[in-house]
Amino acid sequence: MVATVTMASPHTPPVLSFGGALPNDLSSQPVVHLDVDPFAMDFFADPHPTHEVLREAGPVVYLDKWNVYAVARYAEVHAVLNDPATFCSSRGVGLSDFAREKPWRPPSLILEADPPAHTRTRAVLNKVLSPAVMKQLRDGFAAAADAKVDELLERRSFDAVADLAEAYPLSVFPDAMGLQKEGRENLLPYAGLVFNAFGPPNQLRQDAIERSAPHQAYVAAQCQRDNLAPGGFGACIHARVDTGDITADEAPLLVRSLLSAGLDTTVNGIGAAVYCLARYPEEFARLRSDLSLARNAFEEAVRFESPVQTFFRTTTRDVEISGCHVGEGEKVLMFLAAANRDPRRWADPERYDITRKTSGHVGFGSGIHMCVGQLVARLEGEVMLSALARKVASIEITGDVKRRFNNTLRGLESLPVTFTPA
Amino acid sequence: MPSITFIHHDDHAETVSANDGDSVMYTALLHGIDGITGECGGGAVCATCHVYVDDNWLGKVGVVGADEDELLEGVASDRLPNSRLSCQIKITEALDGLVLRLPERQL
Repeated sequence: MVATVTMASPHTPPVLSFGGALPNDLSSQPVVHLDVDPFAMDFFADPHPTHEVLREAGPVVYLDKWNVYAVARYAEVHAVLNDPATFCSSRGVGLSDFAREKPWRPPSLILEADPPAHTRTRAVLNKVLSPAVMKQLRDGFAAAADAKVDELLERRSFDAVADLAEAYPLSVFPDAMGLQKEGRENLLPYAGLVFNAFGPPNQLRQDAIERSAPHQAYVAAQCQRDNLAPGGFGACIHARVDTGDITADEAPLLVRSLLSAGLDTTVNGIGAAVYCLARYPEEFARLRSDLSLARNAFEEAVRFESPVQTFFRTTTRDVEISGCHVGEGEKVLMFLAAANRDPRRWADPERYDITRKTSGHVGFGSGIHMCVGQLVARLEGEVMLSALARKVASIEITGDVKRRFNNTLRGLESLPVTFTPA
Repeated sequence: MPSITFIHHDDHAETVSANDGDSVMYTALLHGIDGITGECGGGAVCATCHVYVDDNWLGKVGVVGADEDELLEGVASDRLPNSRLSCQIKITEALDGLVLRLPERQL
């Protein structure tokens, strides 16, 4: 079978153009207004039909519920992600516009920053989480995955969310960060809070912020140099103060970025992969017959489920996106998950296919803000799927699958399964 | 359109035509060249688009940047003096006929 890769050709008309069009310009296309709330419980329960509506309504749509523009097709999502000068992050990557509202916490120095400030902090985290560092971590992460699967095979039946998707990252990531043992139970609630806070002022966001004080206090303390063990990611960030790359004030906030985005994302990524392998046993069989597919099976789960569903940008000037005019200072919501299943880009997008050529999916974003921890996520995902493929013959769902609701993250609350040993 | 030849680890060669201004990594993915993974999609993060530049072309593909140099320390196959990340090589008419060898592994 010959795989065809559909990619946006640089010779098709550009998605973005500048300067010419004004709101009343006859050359710009009308933007379709939709009555869709992509932060409502019924949407979260099954977002895919609405994603299709969003994609098919036009290259750009307007969501009256929250007064935002939105893009859901691959080409437009990719274009917005790759033009940070026009679609900035420094006014927040959630609905809240930092130019008009006080942020709920001090802004991130990397996620909520634009070049040139972003360039410097990003370079530091790139080095801390580089391919060379992953080589050193690999054996330890793989051994921990094997041990986790052995333990679960003893139990046979368990909850694949709490006991696997959460338990495995919790067994490797906090130690890799160099965190103290005490207080780690704050990590997942803090991350849930951060990702809920990107959403609109709905119940999910308000409840999360109301309950945030103890988790914020824990994270603030753990970001300090004295609380981070030598050799961990945290200590490596602080060491960059000594080389002059960052200031002593910046280091704790960069540690905070890894604590915010380094755990819940991999929990939901691994959860997505296990859920896929349980639902598509023929794909699990293919993986078991060729262990080299483990890394791509994880990557395809990230495309297929898109654990991070959405992010916002804010326009820094008037812009035309595929002929649709968007003014300066507007929030633009990017549906990463819808782009990852856009039939304009992906053949048979609703299929979980572990041999798919996944490069170019936007599950980790794209461009200068693309997930800085993507190599850690892939390492965790690959070694866990490899352990499952070697040791487990079948994964059977044996109870009610319950979804967890978050304004940004897509994942499960509970996935009861039974393992049959290989 | 410049043509680029990829020589796989088993010595079989594939020649593809490339668009001016694209990266070599992007060209390889567009044509389904198996030996290039390009996990990060060209963000200079993952070091899975490693190539060995043919000696005759080394002087024409530009120099290794500081970030690329650091990433090359993490490649899966041996780093050699002619190692490059193909996402960092931009195609121009001057590279018409470029020959690249692919490493045994990208991961």
